[in-house]
Amino acid sequence: MHPERATMPVTSQLFRGFPLAKLWGSSLFPCQRQLPCCPTSHRPTSSQPHPIWPTAMPVRGYRRSPDLHSYNLTPPQVNSILKANEYSFKVPEFDGKNVSSVMGFDSNQLPANAPIEDRRSAATCLQTRGMLLGVFDGHAGCACAQALSERLFYYVAMSLMPHETLCELEAAVEAGRPLSPILQWHKHPNDYFTREAQTMYFNSLRTYWQELIDLSSPGESLGPREALLSAFKRLDSDLSLEAQVGDANSFLHYWVLRVAFSGATACVAHIDGSDLYVANTGDGRAVLGVQEEDGSFSAHTLSNDHNAQNENEVARIQGEHPPSEKKTVVRQDRLLGLLMPFRAFGDVKFKWSIDLQRGVLESGPDQLHDNEHTKFIPPNYHTPPYLTAEPEITHHRLRPQDRFLVLGTDGLWETLHRQEVVRIVGEYLTGVHQRQPLTVGGYHVTLGQMQGLLAERKARASLAFQDQNAATHLIRHAVGNNEFGAVDHETLSKMLSLPEELARMYRDDITIIITQFNPHVVGHQRQGGES
Amino acid sequence: WIGVLFSLGRRGIWSSPRRLASAVETTQPIPLPSQARVVICGGGIVGTSVAYHLAKLGWTEIVLLEQGRLGAGTTRLCAGIVSVAKPISIECKMADYSNSLYEHLEEETGVKTGYVKTGSLCLAQNQDRFLSLKRLASRLNVMGIPCNVIKPKEVSKLHPLVNIHDLVGALHLPGDAVVSPPDVNHALATAAAGHGVQIHERTTVNHVMMEKGHVTAVETDRGAIECEYFVNCAGQWAYELGQASETKVSVPLHGCEHFYLLSKPLPEPLQPSTPVVMDMDGRIYVRAWQGGVLSGGFEKNPKPIFTEGRNQLEIQTMQEDWDHFEPMLSALLRRMPELEVCEIQQLVNCPESFTPDMRCLMGETPGVHGYFVLAGMNASGLAFAGGAGKYLAEWMTYGYPTANVWPLDIKRFGNLQSSRTFLRHRVMEVMPLLYNLKVPRWDFQTGRQLRTSPLYDRLDTQGARWMEKHGFERAKYFIPAGKDLLSLDASKTFYKPDWFDIVGAEVKCCKEAVCVIDMSSFTKFELTSTDDQALALLQHLCANDLDVPVGHIVHTGMLNERGGYENDCSVVRVKKNSFFIISPTDQQVHCWSWLKKHMPDDPQLHLEDVSWKYTALNLIGPRAMDVLGELSYVSMTPEHFPSLFCKEMSVGYANGIRVMSMTHTGEPGFMLYIPIEYALHVYNEVMSVGQKYGIRNAGYYALRSLRIEKFFAFWGQDLDPFTTPLECGREFRVKFDTDIDFLGRASLLHQRQEGVSRRFIMLVLEDHDTELDLWPWWGEPIYRNGELCGTTTSSAYSYTLERHVCLGFVSPPSLDGSPAAVTPDFINRGDYEVDIAGQRYPAKAKLYPFSSLFAQQRRRKDEMELSNFQGK
Repeated sequence: MHPERATMPVTSQLFRGFPLAKLWGSSLFPCQRQLPCCPTSHRPTSSQPHPIWPTAMPVRGYRRSPDLHSYNLTPPQVNSILKANEYSFKVPEFDGKNVSSVMGFDSNQLPANAPIEDRRSAATCLQTRGMLLGVFDGHAGCACAQALSERLFYYVAMSLMPHETLCELEAAVEAGRPLSPILQWHKHPNDYFTREAQTMYFNSLRTYWQELIDLSSPGESLGPREALLSAFKRLDSDLSLEAQVGDANSFLHYWVLRVAFSGATACVAHIDGSDLYVANTGDGRAVLGVQEEDGSFSAHTLSNDHNAQNENEVARIQGEHPPSEKKTVVRQDRLLGLLMPFRAFGDVKFKWSIDLQRGVLESGPDQLHDNEHTKFIPPNYHTPPYLTAEPEITHHRLRPQDRFLVLGTDGLWETLHRQEVVRIVGEYLTGVHQRQPLTVGGYHVTLGQMQGLLAERKARASLAFQDQNAATHLIRHAVGNNEFGAVDHETLSKMLSLPEELARMYRDDITIIITQFNPHVVGHQRQGGES
Repeated sequence: WIGVLFSLGRRGIWSSPRRLASAVETTQPIPLPSQARVVICGGGIVGTSVAYHLAKLGWTEIVLLEQGRLGAGTTRLCAGIVSVAKPISIECKMADYSNSLYEHLEEETGVKTGYVKTGSLCLAQNQDRFLSLKRLASRLNVMGIPCNVIKPKEVSKLHPLVNIHDLVGALHLPGDAVVSPPDVNHALATAAAGHGVQIHERTTVNHVMMEKGHVTAVETDRGAIECEYFVNCAGQWAYELGQASETKVSVPLHGCEHFYLLSKPLPEPLQPSTPVVMDMDGRIYVRAWQGGVLSGGFEKNPKPIFTEGRNQLEIQTMQEDWDHFEPMLSALLRRMPELEVCEIQQLVNCPESFTPDMRCLMGETPGVHGYFVLAGMNASGLAFAGGAGKYLAEWMTYGYPTANVWPLDIKRFGNLQSSRTFLRHRVMEVMPLLYNLKVPRWDFQTGRQLRTSPLYDRLDTQGARWMEKHGFERAKYFIPAGKDLLSLDASKTFYKPDWFDIVGAEVKCCKEAVCVIDMSSFTKFELTSTDDQALALLQHLCANDLDVPVGHIVHTGMLNERGGYENDCSVVRVKKNSFFIISPTDQQVHCWSWLKKHMPDDPQLHLEDVSWKYTALNLIGPRAMDVLGELSYVSMTPEHFPSLFCKEMSVGYANGIRVMSMTHTGEPGFMLYIPIEYALHVYNEVMSVGQKYGIRNAGYYALRSLRIEKFFAFWGQDLDPFTTPLECGREFRVKFDTDIDFLGRASLLHQRQEGVSRRFIMLVLEDHDTELDLWPWWGEPIYRNGELCGTTTSSAYSYTLERHVCLGFVSPPSLDGSPAAVTPDFINRGDYEVDIAGQRYPAKAKLYPFSSLFAQQRRRKDEMELSNFQGK
């Protein structure tokens, strides 16, 4: 749950019975209390200009270092926490050669909320080519992010399919034949799915592909750009529709309302050969690690953040509403003074008309009725919708020097600058040795100086050696970096030993997927394309 | 004299841009000759040394081919240290010869070689290292090579930079020298060319042609050369070159990167005469270089290269890897802190080739006549090249070198050591081992479990600890249940080892009850013929008379022309024209090629290697006959089954087991040769029936103790191609009483007339505290009345005598320059001492074993069988 994102002036519980509701209250409270004495508390590494904090508004920023209730963790304990959610996937090699442009990916997440509100997904398209990777950052609960992590890739895969494949699929369902698999998921055992909702999800999906069949003609298929756009919009509208329609099963009815009333951002990459598409909704980010000729790494950002720091977004939102709302539609760097991401899935409170919201809630299950929050309507709510799930799509043609792609939720980007992220990952992936082979060349270096330099490099290398997973290594830096940009065990230990109810004050959920490209294949394809 | 020109050191660190012949660069290379007597491939220091020595020995029509330029491979970059500090004596000898050769090369050729007799300092940071240096000093003394064990204070007098605060002592080798390797290479080439050797650069050998197992020609990229002899001195590329002949030749070596650092001159330039420093505990060496230092090392984590083979012409400028060099740099600065302010010139990456056992590969390859190899120098190419070139030239000239080079003989390896994976893994262990402390009875840890007995798993679960011989796993001893396994594996010491009591218990069981030892690693051949060709061949090759009744076992040597042991084996006459030959494990390649070499081309005569077909179990002890008797329902008493006899019989359910009444130890018992599919059954039966007789497993350490106390010599350690049966008291195994002309007969007859000048004796250490004193190993000097008279060849603790027993050779001092004959008085009347790391222990010398005094059981002299298969 993101207190700094979807915040309500009341500290009431959003939905009674949410296990995370406890955290909502507790995490908000100390933040407010902290404000007067420590107004500028924020991470020094954060690249974000910090807004002027409105009073009674939770801060975007964290306490420097925890000093209460922290325990000292041993290095193995730290490692077991950091590695609990790590996952690696290597694209299988055939005949000793990897013919895919993706060599594999490392992913990991570190919770700050309990339970974590971030989600991640990775899958290979089986009916079309390419690989899908995505990070989802939920707010006001994890339900929406959970739904996205399970459903979005199916929508994308469907959108990419040629007419014939869709027809075959429909025919198979019609005849009760088994479906050929659409996605091969690459899941961590902790990535779960909502078993009860699968039938409903499937029916919505089927309606979508039936429409795709109707709208396309034989031989046609959408390009990746159109497919991603269509899939994002369609899923968001399905989330909304399912909540309006409800379900006879009261659990499911409750579930679809939870999904629709919570929200999530999505940052998704589709990689097929040398073509990389990034579809982004919200403030997740996709950054490409580019290796320069001198071996160093530079960051190339492939997405725009949809928040108040993005002038285009502010202008877009102001343009979509009457001039009378110009002052209220973005207040205190938040949408309607409440929401930090300017685009998101779910969040029907920012999309539906007031009547619709009241209508749906009244017909909803009893659990909702006693909740004060349900009666809450955002202030200055005149011309909905204020929010969209429509993604911004970037296309990039991979070059041999493009070594890896980092997809991360804002929990990562607000602690580490993207240039730092790319440097850490680049050095990790290439290994310290290849990173910058030391050469004396014509310089005057004494043996003593060299020894000092090597000792320092060795210390850094042994740190990278601890992690088998690039994402874990990055999290280690994101959480454990001290003032000098070096991982410090004490900092790490303190940050990780925070009690559940305090963790959210010091850091956000972090979710990272690092995809490594196969420079051999990428370069080869590129050459082939040019010749 | 040829007009080919070559330049050296162009891209190397050694600035000597000079030409051999005319300074005119001819664009057209001299055409290759169409035929030659010898073609040598490889123009590095090794190849030129071979050419030089062959020419010196009077060979003509020698052609040396180099794919790039002379000395362009490892030679170009090698550090240029010639030191005699080497692990085994033959290597010390080679290095010593190289040193004196290089010293006089400048005089002989007029080419400057950069030779400076700097001396060297081997430092010890701990007592164990100091002990190993003292042992080395003892060995060098025997060879007459000067060396001094010195105190740390004296080190700082000899070297201005060495930090001595953490040293316990050092060994000073005043004779060691430094040279400029490409210049030595150049000088050797100049001298060789002066003797008529034709040198052709930029000529690549594609493959070697053979016919009927003989080298016939060499195919190069510039045409073919017919030749009788081919010498593979291709260094890093010797493996690939070996694979590129019609019959593949296995040259088991593998490259590793090797780094050393060059500094700029010190503020106060280091004198060229500053001694070389070898700080093995710090894994580094340091020599003076152009006013600064050159320092490299042998790291714990070597980087193997060229596993897949990459036949580049010259060693390209390899990448420097500072991070990899960091431990060695730290060790250098710790040893010489003043260097901290010294500036770096360069970090050189110079690949070296390594072999599976740290020793070079020399000699004629098995199976191909005329194909010689000299390669795999384990980073000591410069130190060995002179001596090794000389030995190889002698080998080609006289059929064998003037010294025993079995430890270097390429025939100690076979195809089984030729796997690239094996080599890659093994050399990663070998390279650090060069500077590791080596204590008695260390074993290789990599490349293991390649060949195993079918009983391996059974024995392993019963606590077997393993050693490896020729790829075969053999049990050393069995750890009883409940013992701390880890501490036992870690016992690495020059003193009493942790397994002392364990082996003692196994020995006791062999003496009093019965033990079983899996001895499947032995080499086993079957020689059969339709007529008496097999007998005729063996009568020619073996010193002992093999015309014995079927079922008899004969212990015999296979001698060379000089009467020396090429092999020592047990031969069973299984049928009238069928013989079963049992040889030591590491004879598999050598013995095979020896037999093949002397076998007539007769389709009726058939030789087969059946090593893999049989599992061999040795039942040692007085109750062995009871166990076997119960399992076969046949009486196994000496009356019914005399010693040195072989019967095919049933054991348990298994029929056709070859049971032989010998144990290779002098103890009563039987060897069982079991077709492998019956191995588990027979073992299980033996163990279950043996239970009531107190049977237990035993290992090779127990076997060795038993055998050495019985004065059994074994081939490869005590016996070598320069030792005759007369010198080790085995005259009774030579068929002097027949007229049969066997190989070596003439030499033996001559020696019998003249008397032997060296004699194999047994020394029982007195006044040696097993608990507190250093243990003997092998290679210790023997003194008689204070005078050096020989060296030990093996040793063991005798649990029966409760003393240490050393075996070794002694020879009386020659008075007039010619060798004096050994007399009984020389042995019996003299105060003998054995020198262990500088400390002398008095010893009783004996020509016959003590068994008659100590053995409890009766023993007839004809029952005593002497055998000798155990390796180390």
